[in-house]
Amino acid sequence: VLHTTRPLHTTQQCLAPLPPLPEKGGEVRYGLIPEEFFQFLYPKTGVTGPYMLGTGLLLYLLSKEIYVINHETVAAACILSVIIYGVKKYGSDVAAFADKLNEEKVAKALAVKNEAINSLETAIEQEKKEQWRVEGRSYLFDAKRNNIAMLLETNYRERLLTVYNEVKKRLDYQVALQNLKRQKEQDHMIQWVEKNVIQSITPQQQKDSIGKCILDLRALSKSAQAAV
Amino acid sequence: GPLSERCLMDVRLGELPAWLATCNFSPWGLLGGVQKAWSSYYDKYINVKRGGPAGISMLLAGYCLLSYGWNYQHISKISFLVSV
Repeated sequence: VLHTTRPLHTTQQCLAPLPPLPEKGGEVRYGLIPEEFFQFLYPKTGVTGPYMLGTGLLLYLLSKEIYVINHETVAAACILSVIIYGVKKYGSDVAAFADKLNEEKVAKALAVKNEAINSLETAIEQEKKEQWRVEGRSYLFDAKRNNIAMLLETNYRERLLTVYNEVKKRLDYQVALQNLKRQKEQDHMIQWVEKNVIQSITPQQQKDSIGKCILDLRALSKSAQAAV
Repeated sequence: GPLSERCLMDVRLGELPAWLATCNFSPWGLLGGVQKAWSSYYDKYINVKRGGPAGISMLLAGYCLLSYGWNYQHISKISFLVSV
């Protein structure tokens, strides 16, 4: 009925999960006197013992005026009768309503628990899948290794080509240098020879050679005229 | 079991003084005893799945008796009885 402070974890061993609440409370007769009292008196006085005790006590209280009958007695009697009538009439309905509330609470908690279990199960499955994926790691690494090897090969070949080109350029330079030197030497020698030859032709020699040429030309013209 | 760990209902009449001697009568001890009694009452009659009127009705009856006992002096005075 009232769910208030229940001491949790008071013992050294904490029982988890907590034990469920008991179904019914302690037995109470007439709503006021616990059953243990009747059981306590049963061995000595039998079944009617507690009732005798109650009647005797009541008569004693009334006769000795320990319980005084005044207006409050009448009020208490009326209130008690109304309460008892209400409990007897509507007790079961209220109990059903409270039970329904409890059911809803428990259903909610159960739903949360089930959802938690389901989510954890899916997490476990995903974990297993990840573990299966790990097996394919070797293929992945092989592919990566191949890529890297190809990159290294490409780089090596590029550098090889660069080296080849550089060396060729240097050799071409040397060849061009030698060619240029030989060319220059040739030109210089030709010029020098021409210069010396022209210098060696004295003016007397020039006049003689020109006269010779004129004579030769006259001879040739004569032979040509004769041919025509 | 040992005397100090039994609850009052299991103590025999002859052992009552010895049991009282083992009790802790300091304020904290008394408070702890009251706490234990309250929680045991709760666990027996109130913290159940299908309770009935017994849980609160016993508390109300106890309250009625206690208040009657506190006001007995005032109720039993003649002036009070005549005025009503």
